[in-house]
Amino acid sequence: MKEDGFDRRSFLKGAVVGGAAAVASSLPKPSEAQPKADAPPPPPAAYAFLNPEEAAFVEAVVDHMIPADEHSPKGSDLGLAVFIDRSLASGWGKGERLYLQGPWKAGAPNQGYQLPLTPAELYRAGIAASNAACVKAHGKRFDKLGAAEREAFLMDLRAGKVNFDGGLPSRVFFAALYQNVMEGMFSDPIYGGNRNKAGWKMIGFPGVIAVHYQNVEKFRDKQYKVDPVSIQDMS
Amino acid sequence: MATKLKEVDAVIVGLGWTGGILAKELSEAGLKVVALERGAPRSTQEDFQVPQVRDELRYVTRNELIMNVQRDTLTIRNNPSQEALPMRRLGSFLPGDGVGGSGVHWSGHTWRWGDDELKIRGRYEERYGRKYIPEDMTIQDWGITYAELEPYYDKFEYVAAVSGKAGNLQGKIIPGGNPFEAPRRRDYALPPLTPILSQEMFRKAATELGYHPFPRPSANASRAYTNPDGAKFGACQYCGHCQKFGCEANAKGSAHITVIPAAMKSPNFELRTHTWVTKVLKDSSGKQVTGVTYTNVLSGEEFEQPAQMVLLCAYALNNVHLMLLSGIGEMYDPKTQKGVVGRNYCYQTGASATLFFEGRNFNPFMNAGGSSTTIDDFNANWEHDRSKHGGYVGGFIVAGSFNTALPIGYRPVPSGTPPWGTAWKAATAKWYQTAMQVGMSGSVAANRYNHLDLDPTYRNAFGLPLMRMTFDYKENEHKIGRHAVQVINDIAKSMNPTRLNPAVARESWSVVPYQSTHNTGGTSMGTDPRTSAVNKYCQSWECHNLFTVGANVFAQNAVYNPTGPVGALAYWTADAIKSKYLKNPRALV
Repeated sequence: MKEDGFDRRSFLKGAVVGGAAAVASSLPKPSEAQPKADAPPPPPAAYAFLNPEEAAFVEAVVDHMIPADEHSPKGSDLGLAVFIDRSLASGWGKGERLYLQGPWKAGAPNQGYQLPLTPAELYRAGIAASNAACVKAHGKRFDKLGAAEREAFLMDLRAGKVNFDGGLPSRVFFAALYQNVMEGMFSDPIYGGNRNKAGWKMIGFPGVIAVHYQNVEKFRDKQYKVDPVSIQDMS
Repeated sequence: MATKLKEVDAVIVGLGWTGGILAKELSEAGLKVVALERGAPRSTQEDFQVPQVRDELRYVTRNELIMNVQRDTLTIRNNPSQEALPMRRLGSFLPGDGVGGSGVHWSGHTWRWGDDELKIRGRYEERYGRKYIPEDMTIQDWGITYAELEPYYDKFEYVAAVSGKAGNLQGKIIPGGNPFEAPRRRDYALPPLTPILSQEMFRKAATELGYHPFPRPSANASRAYTNPDGAKFGACQYCGHCQKFGCEANAKGSAHITVIPAAMKSPNFELRTHTWVTKVLKDSSGKQVTGVTYTNVLSGEEFEQPAQMVLLCAYALNNVHLMLLSGIGEMYDPKTQKGVVGRNYCYQTGASATLFFEGRNFNPFMNAGGSSTTIDDFNANWEHDRSKHGGYVGGFIVAGSFNTALPIGYRPVPSGTPPWGTAWKAATAKWYQTAMQVGMSGSVAANRYNHLDLDPTYRNAFGLPLMRMTFDYKENEHKIGRHAVQVINDIAKSMNPTRLNPAVARESWSVVPYQSTHNTGGTSMGTDPRTSAVNKYCQSWECHNLFTVGANVFAQNAVYNPTGPVGALAYWTADAIKSKYLKNPRALV
C-alpha cells in the first residue's frame, strides 16, 4: 500500500547499510516527509473478526481515546480498529500463546490472567457486556453515547467500577482493550495501525532504521529528527 | 513405545549458553555428543535481519523468542497455604526457546559473582555474627571459591565479547572501573560502550554524592571483535532493540554465533531440534542415569536416547522441572525441610524512578543492551554496613540506563497525566524523549518457604505435571527495597528534574508484569547432600553421571545478572568432566 505518496526507496538507498556489522551512521533527515494536510483519506475499514456492533464499539473507543487534534488524526483513521480486528483474527487472538487448560479459578491478582477465554472471546463477551451496561445506565449502546458519557464509562471500566452481568471481570476486559489501543498506536504499520507512522511521528520515534554507532555520541543531548521508517518502507 | 536409539557418550538437554559450551568442549575432546533442543534452529542470517527483526509487537509484546506457555508453563502462588494457578500467559520472566536459548534475547550484562556470594553464610556470620541470619533464611555456602572460578569467568568474558572497564586488576584499584569488584587477571575483552546522556548525568550525580559509578560490563561488542575461537562480532550499533531481540549485527555475545557453530564443526556433535525431553532415565540401582526419553514435537514420535552421561543445560527452571519429573534427588518439602530438589528457589527485586527534564534530549531509541552506569556501593562493597539499614543480607545496585525503550512499552509521563485523549498525547509527545530512569536491582536471599515442586492438578501438553512455584519477597527483601528506593530517590532529587515519579519498593511478588528472567536455585550447589542437589562440579549427588549447569545451581540470588557465573560454571564443569571425571567416572566430591 502506498502510504503518503512519498517514495522512500531512494532515501533508503542512501541511509541504510544492510547486513551485519554496518558501521555507518544514518544521517538525520529533515522532516520534509511529514504527512501532507491534503493526504488522501484512508479507505473504509473492512473487518475480519468484528461484527458490525463490535466494530462500532471499537471504533468509538479508539476515536474517544485518540481524538483528532494537533497531535494526530483520530484513532479509526490511524487504523487502530483495524489493528485490533486483525489481532483478534490472528493466532494471537485465538490464544496461540495462552495456557487454556482447566480447572478454572479466579485466583489472586498476583496470579495474573485466569479466564478461560482467548483474546477474541474476551472481546466478544466484553463488548456485549459493556453495551448491556451502557443500555442499562443510559438506554443506548456505547457507540451512541456522547463524549462525556463515553469518558465516564471508560473511566469507570478502568477503575473496575462497572459490574458486568454474567460475571466477566470488567477490569480484565479493559486492560486488554487499553493495551491493544496502545499497541495499535505505536506498533509497526505492517499490522494495520499507526497509519502513516503518525504514532511514531507524534513522539519522534525513528522506527526500524537504527545504525547509531556514531550517532550515540554525536547526538548526545541533541535532537535527532528523522522521518520514521517502517518495515514496509525497507522491504 | 519409544524407539531406542544408539548410545552416545553424552546427551545435552537444551542448547543455549551452557549446552553450547559443553557441546563444544566435550565434542572437541572426542566425545560423541548429541544435543536435544526443544525449539527451532536459529541463525542471525535467517532469523534476525533488518527490517523484520525491528518489530516491537512481535518480539517484545508477543514474545516471539520466548517459551510458549500453551505447551508447558508453571503454576504460581505466593505461599504454601495458597492454591497455585497456572501462569496462563507470560509475564514476570521470559525463558528463551530455540537454539541459543535466552542467550539470544538477553541484554548482555555480565558480572562476576565473588566470594561474598559463593561463601555467603560464612561471610555474614563472620562479619555480623550467627544470630544476624534469620532462622528461615536457608542461605548456604556453595562449596566453590572465586579463586577457583576466576579463570573460567575470564574465558567466558572473552568468548562472549564483554565490554567494560576493570576496577580491580590483580588487586590494584583502577579509576573508572568498579572498585568493589573481585580481582581480575586482566581487563575486559573490549573497552566500555560509548555512554549515553542518562549514563553521563547519573555518573555526575552519583560522583557528587560520593558513590563510585562505572560502566556496566556487558556482552555488547563496543567495536568489531574476533573471539579466541575465531567467532566474529560486529560493533554494537546502539539500535535500541536489544532485550528480547536477536542481534542482526552479531554484536551481542550469544551462543548461536559462538560456541554452537564451533561445536557444529566437530564430527562428534549432532544437534536435534524440536525434541522435547520428558524424562531422565535411571538404572535399577538408582545411582546412575542411562539416558533420556524425548518427543519429536514435529511428529509426536517418542524416542529413548541412551547415554553414558546426561547434561541438563536447559533454562534454570526447566532443569529443575526435569529433575523433579525424573525423581532424581528427593523433592524438597518446606514443612519438614527435607529433600533437596526445589529448595532455595530465588528471584530478584527491583524499583525505578522516572526523571523528567524539560529541554534535554535522551534519544531513548539510541542505546545498547548494556547502556548503563552503575554503582555497587550497596552490594559488593563489603564496607557497607547492612546492620545500620535494618540488617539485611545481600544488597542492591543502582543505575542510570536505557535498554530497549520502545514506544509500545515505554511511554513515560508524569503521574497524574490522563490515560488517553489530547492531554495524554501532549504529555506523551513532550516527555518520550525528555525523560530518563534511575533504577535498582536487588538480591533475594533463600528462604525455606520459597521453593519449586510438582503441581498436583495441572499438566502440560505431554501429560506431565507442571512445576509449581511458591515465591514471595520476605522481610529481608523489604528491607533492601526500602533502603534502595531511598537511595534512588535521593540521587534523583539531587539531579533536580523538572518532574519526578519517585521509586516505590515492591510489596509482594506478582506474575505480571515483566520483571526479570533471573530465576535461580532449585538444584542448589553445596557441600552437604542433605541441603544441596549438586556438588561444586554441578554433579548430582545422587547420580554421578548427571550434571546440570545453569542458574538452577545457585544457592541464592544476587543483585547481579546471572549469566557471568552461568557461563563460568559451564567452562568449569566441562574442565572437571574432561580432566577428572572421564578418567574415572565417579562422584567427584
